[in-house]
Amino acid sequence: MAPRAVELRGIGKGFGADDVLKNIDLSIRPGEFLSLVGMSGCGKSTLLRIIAGLEQPDRGKVLIGGEDVTALDPSDRNLAMVFQSYALYPHMTVRQNIATPLRMRRLSLGARLPLVGRIAASDQSLREIDAAVADAAALLQIDHLLDRKPAQLSGGQRQRVALARALVREPAAFLMDEPLSNLDAKLRAHMRDELAGLHRRLGATFIYVTHDQVEAMTMSDRIALMSEGRIEQLGTPDELYRQPATLTVARFIGSPSINLLPVDISGEGRIHAQGQDLGLAVRERTRAKATLGLRPEDLHPVENGLAVRIMRSEMHGADRFLHCHLLSDETVRLTVRTQFGAPLETDASGVLHLGFRQENAHLFGDDGLRRALVEREEVAA
Amino acid sequence: MTVLEAGHVPSANPSALLGRARNRKAWRGLAFVAPSVVLLLAIYIIPVIVLAGFSLTDYKLGALSYHFVGIGNFVKAFHDPVFLRSLSNTALYVVIVIPFGVFLALGVAMLVHARKRSRAFWEAAYFLPVTATLVAMATVWQFLLHPSIGPVNAAIKWFGFEPVSFLSNPTLLIPSMAAIGVWQVLGFNMVLFLAGLTAIPKDLYEAARLDGAKNPIDRFLTVTWPMLGPTTLFVAVTTSISAFKVFETVAVLTKGRSGSEVLLFELYLEGFEYSNTGYAAALTLIFLAIILFLSIGQTFYLDRKVHY
Repeated sequence: MAPRAVELRGIGKGFGADDVLKNIDLSIRPGEFLSLVGMSGCGKSTLLRIIAGLEQPDRGKVLIGGEDVTALDPSDRNLAMVFQSYALYPHMTVRQNIATPLRMRRLSLGARLPLVGRIAASDQSLREIDAAVADAAALLQIDHLLDRKPAQLSGGQRQRVALARALVREPAAFLMDEPLSNLDAKLRAHMRDELAGLHRRLGATFIYVTHDQVEAMTMSDRIALMSEGRIEQLGTPDELYRQPATLTVARFIGSPSINLLPVDISGEGRIHAQGQDLGLAVRERTRAKATLGLRPEDLHPVENGLAVRIMRSEMHGADRFLHCHLLSDETVRLTVRTQFGAPLETDASGVLHLGFRQENAHLFGDDGLRRALVEREEVAA
Repeated sequence: MTVLEAGHVPSANPSALLGRARNRKAWRGLAFVAPSVVLLLAIYIIPVIVLAGFSLTDYKLGALSYHFVGIGNFVKAFHDPVFLRSLSNTALYVVIVIPFGVFLALGVAMLVHARKRSRAFWEAAYFLPVTATLVAMATVWQFLLHPSIGPVNAAIKWFGFEPVSFLSNPTLLIPSMAAIGVWQVLGFNMVLFLAGLTAIPKDLYEAARLDGAKNPIDRFLTVTWPMLGPTTLFVAVTTSISAFKVFETVAVLTKGRSGSEVLLFELYLEGFEYSNTGYAAALTLIFLAIILFLSIGQTFYLDRKVHY
């Protein structure tokens, strides 16, 4: 089956008095790898469950391939899902686990019954199922495990079985609910690679829920960053990193996380940090408080800039992280990412001056929304 | 090992020290198991050995002398029409109580499990018979099933049928008592199944639904039934043992009249009413053997199927 688009229109959902999802609109393109990412409790898992049909929305519609499936049972939506717990059937062998979606769909109820089923099932359909299981197992390199039971497998192997069970038939889309969160760090990095490869090979629509921004950044075509039941920003990983639309997005994406500097906007539209003019400006000339976001790698030593004192230097191989605080305010912490071996021009008292380029500075207003920075000359004019 | 010894303080003899430490550990272990070993011996093992001794004699309670009769008691038992009838009655009782007691309980448990607000009420309602004294309840059943004043027969008459004498018609006697037995074990088994149902991860049902298990039968066969395997085995074993031990209903309802003897009641009559201690001991051994055979058989046979 060709990959299908999944579309959400005005999805709303409340549990008790709380609105978990507030009017979500989202279009997922056919064949796209889209990640729903956010803190726990932001509604991303609920949204995935609504797409799957395991949860009913209070408002709004779910469309798969242009067809309204809001009222359909999960079994009729032709979706495959990989659960965080893998949800393998513990009493079945790996082979039986992978075959289950096909048996359910291709065999009649009589043929699925234990004992009598053997008589009712046609050899033809059983052979086809066997072949499909073998293909899926080969794709995930678990052919040698087919006769084991889930309890005899490691976490990574169970993960592969869960994936094989999902892709043994060709669903309209794959739904994944934090599938890698139970794996150790090394295996997680490896499976990330494999998942991305699998997506490329299958060309299917993937909807991937995670709270790990690294997973979202490394695998996705697009990311929908959610917070408090809303989509804060929808865009490519690059867009979310380079042009965060809100303070929440800026905070969530990037590791080490973005530096946030409390700043004041003066009546002339100039931006000051602790009274120091940063050489930035905004068009509106009203006094306000704001936050300036600066990525650790965008800060570099200059002759005259933000004066900071280095507290700790952290080696990360090729990179070195400098943990500093503002000289004028010890509570404002900054992290600087420099290349290992790059010279540090601290003055005699151990104070470092940091500068940044205007295009790398992200200004967020009091409301948490991004504000545009303009050239100083424009303001002067 | 060499490295270890090299670093070790050269004490008198390391292996002797090690041996003494091991000894001390062994004694401590024995001290811990001693209480339960003593209890097991005093309550189970020694009485069974004494019982086995009695079963080979013609000892009567209070008699001054007795004779060794070998397997005479056992031979007598299998030629005793009353004992044989009690055996077949018990078998019939068990054959009715096990399937109904297990599967009805499973059905009830699934219905109760699906309730949300009324679940506590249904749990209590079905569990009440378990807490009640069966002797008292048997009297209630006697009234309920009474041919002339019982409500059950009143209902039968209202539908225009002849009243049924459940507790004196020899063919209905055992099935009637089995029905009471089912009623009695239902609540307990339901609670066991409810615990089993609660332990099934919800993910599995959701995975099954996405895998295409649309109708409840599929979900039952794919998830519920296999996941309840260990619970079902336990319920089946405990139900069959308690069914074999049926006593109170017979003692209260019929006192063994109209051919309603069951194993335990017959045993009680021989041992305590007729004081045939030797013969009763033989019957007890037969009873124990049957229970042991069944539970071992069930465990070994079903164990292979339900564990994963």
